[in-house]
Amino acid sequence: MEKFEKLTGIAAPMPLVNIDTDMIIPKVFLKTIKRSGLGVNLFDEMRYDREGNEIADFVLNKPQYREAEILVAGDNFGCGSSREHAPWALKDFGIKAVISTSFADIFFNNCFKNGILPIVLPAEQVEVLMKDAEKGANARMTVDLENQEITTSDGQVFAFEVDAFKKHCLLNGLDDIGLTLEKGAAIDSFEAQAAQARPWI
Amino acid sequence: MSPKTLYDKIWDAHVVQQDDDGTCLLYIDRHLVHEVTSPQAFEGLRMSGRKVRAPEKTIAVPDHNVPTTADRLQGGMNEESRIQVEALDRNAREFGIHYYPVSDVRQGIVHIVGPEQGWTLPGMTVVCGDSHTATHGAFGALAHGIGTSEVEHVLATQTLIQKKSKNMKVEITGQLRPGVTAKDITLAVIGATGTAGGTGYVIEYCGEAIRSLSMEGRMTVCNMAIEGGARAGLIAPDETTFEYVKGRPHAPKGAQWEAALTWWKTLYTDEGAHFDKVVTLKGEDIQPVVTWGTSPEDVLPISATVPAPEDFTGGKVDAARRSLEYMGLTPGMKLTDIEIDTVFIGSCTNGRIEDLRAAAAILKGKKIKDGMRAMVVPGSGLVRAQAEEEGLADIFKEAGFEWRLAGCSMCLAMNPDQLAEGERCASTSNRNFEGRQGYKGRTHLVSPAMAAAAALTGRLTDVRELI
Repeated sequence: MEKFEKLTGIAAPMPLVNIDTDMIIPKVFLKTIKRSGLGVNLFDEMRYDREGNEIADFVLNKPQYREAEILVAGDNFGCGSSREHAPWALKDFGIKAVISTSFADIFFNNCFKNGILPIVLPAEQVEVLMKDAEKGANARMTVDLENQEITTSDGQVFAFEVDAFKKHCLLNGLDDIGLTLEKGAAIDSFEAQAAQARPWI
Repeated sequence: MSPKTLYDKIWDAHVVQQDDDGTCLLYIDRHLVHEVTSPQAFEGLRMSGRKVRAPEKTIAVPDHNVPTTADRLQGGMNEESRIQVEALDRNAREFGIHYYPVSDVRQGIVHIVGPEQGWTLPGMTVVCGDSHTATHGAFGALAHGIGTSEVEHVLATQTLIQKKSKNMKVEITGQLRPGVTAKDITLAVIGATGTAGGTGYVIEYCGEAIRSLSMEGRMTVCNMAIEGGARAGLIAPDETTFEYVKGRPHAPKGAQWEAALTWWKTLYTDEGAHFDKVVTLKGEDIQPVVTWGTSPEDVLPISATVPAPEDFTGGKVDAARRSLEYMGLTPGMKLTDIEIDTVFIGSCTNGRIEDLRAAAAILKGKKIKDGMRAMVVPGSGLVRAQAEEEGLADIFKEAGFEWRLAGCSMCLAMNPDQLAEGERCASTSNRNFEGRQGYKGRTHLVSPAMAAAAALTGRLTDVRELI
């Protein structure tokens, strides 16, 4: 997995609440058996008309946000299905961090598996960042994972929380399957004990 | 020992290892797999030379994009869907996991097949690369959806890296009134708490109205815990649960059954156990409900009128405005004046035998409205066979419904069962998101009985007028 350390980039504002995974990547694109190549279909139904032409007023189609690497989004981002195609599409487009007041649980976990940092902040701070993002391409935010800080284009700093283990994996680009396999002996012994206690399983 | 919730007990029984910061390695008893979220996980295993650690605990069935028409085994599947289904065939064979192919009568929606075959048992941990895995919580199993990377993690290690969620109690007191069903309960709860109301929690549903539900009804309630934002929903197992499980193909037998039963009977929340959040609804207050917008929290009793954006606060004002425009609705209009052209009965929320019985009871001897497109998609081949044996299939067909083969179908419309632009559907599924049932399609979530009523009248209808 790609490491996430410190990112300075353009933030795109998406104030809509309850942006669901069907919006992020509609189901017609779930028929792939690969992880890559979904960026072009990110937010497909909001981003293109039926003929495949870009809808000019959709935020990621505006010239100043085409290179966005951060999303500042409304409440409950990523609700809905477990499809990891949602973070795959975000990542493939170039989004590396998403900031909101809340995220759906499965989406939140999926982000970390793909080198994307989801950041939860209180509503009033998200509002400041949303305003900052609305300034366009000249306003570049910095997300510093090591120090757990976001710096706005005019120098305001907001601290954020992140789970220590998830932070460690992101900073080092670790594959957690490899880490768990190192605990094989513990799993073996749990299985042996569970087979005694609950042999019907 | 301090009193524990049901969630605490199941969690504690599955912790392989716990780090100082509370990060746990949690053992997974059952892993259900379908064709859409697994190909990349199996490919990942192959690329790193890893095996499936516990193939005997892994069960695969194609459901999301299989066609539901009779020609599906004779080339009635599009190229991309066929590739995914064939990939699942190949992966199931190569890695030696249990498998129900499309040609098997037991094939169906993974969350209907698991319980039906006795794979899902009380006290288990159950995961699947699908958010509606919450369904299995009806058995008192800790069950939740995971992404594809976690599917790969479970395939390789039979564990997940998890932190424990908080405990939330949703109590439904008293009894439901006639015409009110499990679907109305679960929608009413989401209407009350919002789609993020359960975020960070595992919900335990309890109370007299929950206890009185059949296993089918309990599965409907837990199924939509995810729409309320919760990681999982749980209902403590009881005689209703044991009765349902007993004799299923993969349920324990003989002495093992007795041993299992002894443990299962300890799976309840202790007196005085702590819940971080409590929500209580009176069963008598719950009415048949429908959704008017594009979020499952947009729930209103069928007797209500379409709300205005100004009825909301914060970000929901703009969201409601967008929803109303998408849904083509005017504030103030009666929900019962909303005309529909499509009815879908099925899905992991409402594709079980009891759901079909409830719909058939409304439809018996009647015809659906002229021009209405209505379909029933049983949740599994076995549900379909049982419905045929009970004469339900004939009732549906005589009423004018299409009688389909099992699959997820129009719940997420990955197969050809889709709404066309602007079509409006009364649907027993679980999500009314924009485009969910087809590009620019409009979805109103309802119970099976309400869906049947709408099929007869051609508009959203209070089923209580028809019973």
